[in-house]
Amino acid sequence: MQYFIPLFVAVPLGGAFLIAIIGNFLKGFGKIFTSIVLAFLTGFSLYIVFTLQGSLVYGIGGWELFDKIPIAIYMVLDGLSIYLLLIINLIGFLSAFYSISYIQKFTAENNYYTLFCLMVAGMNGVVLSGDLFNIYVFLEMAAIASYALVAFGIEKEELEASFKYQVLGGVSSLFILLSIGFLYWYTSTLNIADISKVIAKKGGSQLVVFSQVILLSGFGLKAAMIPFHAWLPDAHSSAPSPISSMLSGVLIKAIGAYVILRLFFNMFEVSYNTSLVITIIGTLSMVIGVLLAIGQWDIKRLLAYHSISQMGYVILGVGIGMLVLAQNGERAVAALSIAGGLFHLFNHAVFKGLLFLNAGAVEYETGIRDMKRLGGLSSVMPVTTSTSLSASMSISGIPPFNGFFSKLIIIIAAIQAKYYVLSILAVFVSIITLASFLKVQRFTFFNKKGENWIKREPPVREVPFTMCFSMVFLAVLCLALSMLIVPSVRDIVLTPAVDALIEAGEYTTSILGY
Amino acid sequence: MIVYILAVFLFLIGIYGVVVKRNLIKIVIGIAIMEYSVNLFLILIGYVKDGTAPIITDQVSEIVFVDPLPQAMVLTAIVIGLATTALLLAIAIRIYKKYGTFDIREIKNLKG
Repeated sequence: MQYFIPLFVAVPLGGAFLIAIIGNFLKGFGKIFTSIVLAFLTGFSLYIVFTLQGSLVYGIGGWELFDKIPIAIYMVLDGLSIYLLLIINLIGFLSAFYSISYIQKFTAENNYYTLFCLMVAGMNGVVLSGDLFNIYVFLEMAAIASYALVAFGIEKEELEASFKYQVLGGVSSLFILLSIGFLYWYTSTLNIADISKVIAKKGGSQLVVFSQVILLSGFGLKAAMIPFHAWLPDAHSSAPSPISSMLSGVLIKAIGAYVILRLFFNMFEVSYNTSLVITIIGTLSMVIGVLLAIGQWDIKRLLAYHSISQMGYVILGVGIGMLVLAQNGERAVAALSIAGGLFHLFNHAVFKGLLFLNAGAVEYETGIRDMKRLGGLSSVMPVTTSTSLSASMSISGIPPFNGFFSKLIIIIAAIQAKYYVLSILAVFVSIITLASFLKVQRFTFFNKKGENWIKREPPVREVPFTMCFSMVFLAVLCLALSMLIVPSVRDIVLTPAVDALIEAGEYTTSILGY
Repeated sequence: MIVYILAVFLFLIGIYGVVVKRNLIKIVIGIAIMEYSVNLFLILIGYVKDGTAPIITDQVSEIVFVDPLPQAMVLTAIVIGLATTALLLAIAIRIYKKYGTFDIREIKNLKG
């Protein structure tokens, strides 16, 4: 079984290569092939979710351990990796399918699908890699593809946003590389499991703390946590809408939040100071992100600010779990809190992906993103309106949608861990989110008909089939994911992911064998 | 020790360029300087005094090798850096065509 792990990287990478070559001769090859590749990977990751026991380890090149020293470059697939892989490929498939109609108005479709496949390959690689430098390489692959995709419209705004994103992204990548250098200096190895053993044996030092700080700021920049968030609203609102939904829904999680979780649980020992910093960053993102979102009138910019806020929930949930673990509190509380964070991560990918697709549908038909000039679209775009309504209820935490349950779990865990202030803040932010999305619904879809689109030629109507399909699928998922709180479903999908973080030693054991 | 400090100092010069300079091309140069300083730092980590190239021969026991792993890492990092710099410059040229300037004070369509 473990011999199939590299497929997650090889298939999209090969796909990108084939699209760049064959697409020139065969019109329409790119769009069909991308959807097929990602549908295949989604099905494959679903299959692994149901069959995975423990974790799978694949050493590239087949090198065995030599004297308990890992020589091969490892790919590790455990509960957390497969959870992320499922999210990446599912949202990727739906975005690619949505793009079939959406991207027709752009030229150079082939380049779009090539970059799309490269981005997915990079993210899959980051999630699977068990080696620090490999994480850096795959991360750059995903990041460079996303820089180019943000600039895909090549108008003034897109270019400016892309340049800003590239400068900050480039600086954060170099921070990450520098801290990898420091860690290699201290431990003489790059394998994550081996580093954790060496640090445990040699004891921590100032150098390790320093590299932790640089790592946290580097990946914090990639995840757009609050002091480092400046690029996110520009980049995510300027990209083509399916790419916005990939960036907001998946990219900031796969190359930002996931790596923070993986490194700070499985590589470094969970300590009180780092968990405190992570919790504070999460809380700040949650509160400030939503406050910045209130005044926005550009629909995609508003959604981008909400991404910061919702990622704050994810980091907050995990941070509370780390704090409890670091203080040797009850493991059940820590597990509940981390489960809440990871559950919200999946939910956010689904509803934020859907909201960006809705915004794309509105822009596709009317060409307008300013909410003040829209209004009354519910009469002509029923599918977009109803799916957007369910996503809005999901993000603002209204039962029985999935966002309600994940927020509820995080709040209950915060109360059980006696962080009452954080739980009150989480409720407060949820209320402001609701207000903000009532505004979106009212000014875009209800209200009286806007004059800016009513005379438009051709007349505004419902979007084509592929776009509708993706939106309806995600809207159904918004409801269906609530099933993850049912214990028998939770044990298959969510619990292995939480165990991978809490039982940090098992990750090391699965690679090194001791 | 002094060479490591110089490498970090070079990194700080790069950050200074990115933060303070207002010309797009100078910002790109700042990022390139940061990148070279990180590469230099990685190479210095692998350096062993009086070491030779790590090729296994018959007299393995008598020879001191330099660490080859950072060299492999730096080769990869240089290729990645090439891609980033090329893309940055391409975007900068496109921006110049649209805005007619390299000054970031005049390129501010996005805010709020």
